Formats: sequence, C-alpha cells, structure tokens
Amino acid sequence: MIIDATNQRQAGHASHPTRLTGAEIVWATLEGEGVREVFGYPGGAILPVYDALRKFPIRHILVRHEQGGTHMADGYARASGRVGVMMATSGPGATNLVTGLATAMLDSIPVVCITGQVSSKFLGTDAFQEVDITGITLPITKHNYLVTRAEEIAPAIREAFLIARSGRPGPVLVDITKDAQQAVADFDFEAAVASQQRAHPMLRIESDAITNAVELILAAKRPVILAGHGVMESRAMNQLRTLAERLQIPVATTLLGLGGFPASHELALGMMGMHGESWVNESIQQADLLIACGMRFDDRVTGSLGTYAQKAKKIHIEIDPAEINKNVAVDVALIGDLREVLEQLLPRLAPRQFKKDGSEWLRAIRALKGTASVRDIQNLPDNGHLYAAHVINDIWHATGGKAVIVTDVGQHQMWEAQYYKHDEPRSLITSGGLGTMGFALPAAIGAKVACPDKEVWVIAGDGGFQMTSPELATIVQEGLHINIAIINNGFLGMVRQWQQLIYDGNYSCSPIFSPDFVKLAGAFGIDGATVTKRSQVLPAVGRARHSGRTFLIEFQVEKEDGVYPMIAPGAALHEMIRRPDPLIETASDA
Amino acid sequence: MLHTFVALVEDKPGVLTRVASLFRRLNINITSLTVGHSERADVSRMTIVAEAPAGAAHRVRASLYKLDNVLEVDDVGQFSCVVRELALIKVAATTKTRSSIFELAEVFRARIVDLAPESLMIEITGVSSKVEGLIQVLNEGENKILEISRTGRMVMRRGEHTSRVLDAMRIAEPDEEQALPLTEEVRGEDSGGDLDLEMGIGVRGIDPNHPL
Repeated sequence: MIIDATNQRQAGHASHPTRLTGAEIVWATLEGEGVREVFGYPGGAILPVYDALRKFPIRHILVRHEQGGTHMADGYARASGRVGVMMATSGPGATNLVTGLATAMLDSIPVVCITGQVSSKFLGTDAFQEVDITGITLPITKHNYLVTRAEEIAPAIREAFLIARSGRPGPVLVDITKDAQQAVADFDFEAAVASQQRAHPMLRIESDAITNAVELILAAKRPVILAGHGVMESRAMNQLRTLAERLQIPVATTLLGLGGFPASHELALGMMGMHGESWVNESIQQADLLIACGMRFDDRVTGSLGTYAQKAKKIHIEIDPAEINKNVAVDVALIGDLREVLEQLLPRLAPRQFKKDGSEWLRAIRALKGTASVRDIQNLPDNGHLYAAHVINDIWHATGGKAVIVTDVGQHQMWEAQYYKHDEPRSLITSGGLGTMGFALPAAIGAKVACPDKEVWVIAGDGGFQMTSPELATIVQEGLHINIAIINNGFLGMVRQWQQLIYDGNYSCSPIFSPDFVKLAGAFGIDGATVTKRSQVLPAVGRARHSGRTFLIEFQVEKEDGVYPMIAPGAALHEMIRRPDPLIETASDA
Repeated sequence: MLHTFVALVEDKPGVLTRVASLFRRLNINITSLTVGHSERADVSRMTIVAEAPAGAAHRVRASLYKLDNVLEVDDVGQFSCVVRELALIKVAATTKTRSSIFELAEVFRARIVDLAPESLMIEITGVSSKVEGLIQVLNEGENKILEISRTGRMVMRRGEHTSRVLDAMRIAEPDEEQALPLTEEVRGEDSGGDLDLEMGIGVRGIDPNHPL
C-alpha cells in the first residue's frame, strides 16, 4: 500500500487514479499538500484514519488535549507560515477544538482541523460521540465541510488548504464520517483541485485610490504607519521598511504586528494601544495621517473611537473588505494584499531629503519620548524585588532577541510586548484577538515542531500555565527542547490589575494557588529551577538555554505589580493611567 | 433602513444556514429572504431584505462575500429594480360575501385560485405595498382573513444583468450608499404586473461612472 501511495505521488500529473480507502486518501492528500507533521488525538470515529497512518511518511504528535492540539497547529502556522493540521475524533474530541479554532479565527491563522464523525447513516440520531461539529464551528471557522463519501475527501481537504491560506487566512474544519473513511474510492491528487468557482476573483485596487493615497502621503506633515499582523501574512516587511525609510515615517505596531518592523530601527515607535508606550499613542493622537497596514483598528488599539486620531486622515491597506470602515472611518481604502499594494505605492513616492536629525515630526516624537521613555531597567539599582519586566528584559538580552517567544495571555504578555524587542517577523507568537489563556505551552510545541532549529521560549503566567500544563507530557514524548518561563505572581494578574484600578481593589477570585512548578516539571522528567532574586535570572536563563533539553523556570515575582501605561476600557488613547511612584523602577513612563 | 441584497450562492446543504448565521452574528434582522434556482446550474439566488443602519450595507455585502459558498453579492437598494412579492391569502367567504371579494381582487389584479364552500384563496403578485393594500382592504368590512403566506421580495435590476454589473468588491463611497432608499418607494406608481414594460428597459439608476 505504501508503494501505491508513493507511486501515486511520484507519477504526478500523468498518474491514473489509485484505489485507496477514504482513510488512506486523508493521508495521501495531506502528503500531497506538503504536510509533514500532524497534531492529533485518536478516538473511535477517526480510527480508520489512524490505522492507515503507518503507510505514510507523516509525523504524528500525540497531544494531551484536543484544545492543546489546535493551539499547536496554530503555533506551527504562526512560526512557519505553513498550514497547521490538527486531527481529532468525533463528539468530545471535536468540541475540544472549539477554543483553538476561535483563537485561530480571531488572529487569521491558517489551520486545518480534520475530525472523525459517526457513519453517515447515524447522522442526526444522537449516536455515541455524535455532535454537529460543523454546526458548532460555523461562526468560528473560515469554512467547514461535512464529508460523507470517500470520493469527496480529497477535494474537501484540498479546498480546505486553499481556503485556509488564501486571502485573509483562517481555520477550516473537515468533518469526515467513518463510513467515508472505510469506503474505497479513486484517488488522484492532481485531479482533486479546488473548483474554480470557489476561488473568488482577485480583488481590484482602484487606480484613483492609489493616487489619492499618494497625495495624502506626500502632503502629510505628521504621518504614522500602523503595522499589523498583515505585514507578516503578506510578507511585506521589506516594502514596509522601504516606505518608512523613504519618507521617514515612524512605525507603530499592533501586538500581532510586533516583529513586522524591526524594534531596533530608529523609526520604530513600539506597540500602540491599551498598553502601548505613551509616546506611541500620543504620536497617533497628534498625527495628521495614519497609514494602516494590515491591521483592523481593534478596540484594544483605538481606545474610545470618538476621540481616536481626530486630526488624522486615514489610509487603510487591508485584504479583507469587511474591515473597511468597520471601526474607524477611513479616507482611502486600498483593498488587497499589503505587499502588492505597497509595491504599487512605492514607485510613486520619491525619496525625500531630510535634515540629519530627521523631520520636525520625528524631533517632536523624540521630545515626547524624552519625557516618557524607557529607562534601561538593567541599569537600575537592585532593590531586592523581582519584577516580571526584569525577567523578560533579561531573557531578551540573553537570547540576543533571536528567540521565538510564545506567550500566554495577561500581564506577562504585555510586559513581553514592552520589554522583548522583536526585530524578526514570526518571533512573537501570542493570542491577540481572542486572548486565550493556556495558549502558550501548546503553541510553543507547535512552533518548535515547525522550526526545530530555533530557540523557543514559553512565557506564561501561573494561571494560564495551569490551563494546559499536561502538554508537558507531549514535550517529553516528542523529545522537544523548549524553554519555559513561568511568571508567578500568585494572582490572575491582569484581572487583579483591573480589579485594583476599576473595581476598587476588590480582588474577587483572582488570587490563585499554584503547585510547585519545578516539582510538577520533575514529575514529567523535566528539569527546572525557581528564581526569586534578580541576580538569579540570567544564570537560570543560561542554564535553560544550554541544557539541551526542556527546562522550566518559575520566576516568583512581585505580586501586585501592574502593566503601565494603561488606557482604561472606553477611555481615549491619550488618557493614560501611569505607573504609581513606589514601583517606578520598572516604569516605562517614569 | 431596509437594505436589499441579491446573493448568488452554491446550491448545497448548509448554505442557507451560513448566510442566515451571518445576519444573526451582525445582530441584523432579516425582513424577508427568498431562495430559488438561478440561471446557472447548481447556483441558487437569494434575495435578502434586512433592516440595518444606512452605513451597514457595505459591511454586510463584504461579509457575505467572505462566505465561501457565496459567489456574488449585489446591494441593489441603490439601483432601479423590479421588486415583486407573491402572496396567497385565504379569506372566509360565504355565497353572500364572495362577490364583493371578487371585486376587490379585480381592482388589485389578483386572482382567485381556490374556491371552497366557506373560503376562497387569492393569489396576488406585485410590490409589497400592493400586497399590503389588498390585505388592508380585505381586513376592512366584514371579511375575515384566515391565512396569509407571503414569499418575501424578489428583486432584479432593470437593464444590465446582475453578473455583468457586479463590480464585486468595489468600495462604495459613503454618500453612494445612502443615495436612494428603497426602490419601491421611489417608484410608487409602479403597481407591478402589466406595467413592467411601460417602465422601460433602460439602465436608469446605474452609477454613470460605473466601468460597465
């Protein structure tokens, strides 16, 4: 059988169809799509597929929970740009995918999930482990399929890959009944191409829109580029950089846009929004032109819409037309792939001459920084307290900014965004849109499987880590080397911070007990260390990096530290809550 | 305001759910939705009338277009269209009241399609206001309406056919979206039926700057 499948592949276009079972067609199609690794968890309704796995050269990573598996496929896709694949059985296996699918949907990540389903004659009968997963996942997938015949498997999976990675990417689910897996059908990978009808016509850019955009850009005195996740997805890093450098336009990034423009670049402003640095948000509020590149004006980025960037004209370059004028009304909309749009724009924007210290606008921004810039926290005296910002800044120094950092959700996530300077695209993997706690550990496994040669760090809080910690077993079983930093402050930190600032200090249900994480790691056969002092940070980080295997560090940090600056929900972008004095030493806005 | 969208969709299980679910997610109420075969094999045509803010048309259209099974979407509210609805109305009728109902039906160019000892059924085709007019006069006086079944609106642009005039993803200018409210109010004198040809076949109402 393996010979049949291989011949099929090698014969390519000239091949005549091979007779395969539906289960074999699943793997043969995945193989044809270039899939080398699949995350998954077997069960009754997908057993025929698992039985056929041995005939195909695909690595299967056994996860500990299907949610973790979806996050792994997600992290795999974010780290590599390739489609991540997760496989699960029917019923509970399928429903456990929901959080991971929604996470991928909100952040536009190309993931294909394949689920087993009860045999077609049992559909709708409440059979054992039957659930209407295509119905359940309808609003949280880009598209989904219920496949009941072996002949339909290859076209459905091929279409799923096409849909997942085209346009604005997103997750696709293919639900395959058990009888379809068991039946035999002709398989011809090349013939099973997605129908032309499905490929939506290419979106057109109106030439006068380009002209309007050029006029706005050339007329602007105080422009700011807003760089989002689309920079990575369309691989527009170079074009973005050219645009910024040619006209000396400062670049602010969204959380998912970090790494799309080098943080060390002199035109890099940093992250905008709720926990963006004050000068970034202030620059946006003072700007006379915003050039939004592959971002969607999320509420965490804009603050209150009524006060957002009132002085600025707005150009929105975006592949998804449904995002235009959704939150912020724009003056010019350029619909299309960011890189292609920038390539149309750039020839019409001649380089300008600037004084040595830049334009008046850049000098004004520098002045904003002067009163509110980061003091290098490495140079501040050690007062005996350990702050998360120290830890993250030390990890940045130790890794030379070259690691792939996978964060969970909460305070540590924002500190990571503030204190780890990302120069490379796909070097920060984080759940932005859905804000899924428990994301970090499994997503890091996916990232490491996708990029085995890269140094991968998990940075998670004590709360989120406990949500998916069983995936430590996956790491061990797969022999992966991932460094894990747990920022333990004994609280659901971001909840506690909101309760402190907005709910009068009523810490309702936010203190959280944690196990001894080092002992927990030990139970999985993973080495670890506990760090309580700043002087121990770099040695522990060094130990983890050079141990050659997975290493867990629990950093016991200041319990009631906050992320600053902060824009309260619904407040204007320039109405920032600043760090109170006693903790000023980690302040970004001293 | 009422928006009218025409969507060409794949004729497959679950497609209606996907379209309906989109409106549910946007918290927009569907006023009427009609589905049937189109001129293309395996492609159904939907006419969706929905109540939504004036500026929502673009987003609804763009979101519909994102659905994989949706092939084309037209926001026809701003163009000159023929709008039709069909209604079946069952009215309680005795030998005494029949003739007066016949007369009413005649005025509205409706047809009697069923006659039973205690009721009769009227078929009426036209713009919604015409259907509502008949219902209103039937409710006046001593008549009693037993059942009403309405198809909801079907819409087709005048002149150029939909597939050709669709410039699928062109972003409407803000004021373009609010140009005209709904076709039938604008063309109140068009009572439907026989008057279609007299209204002309031109391309009135189509954006003069349109590339086609």
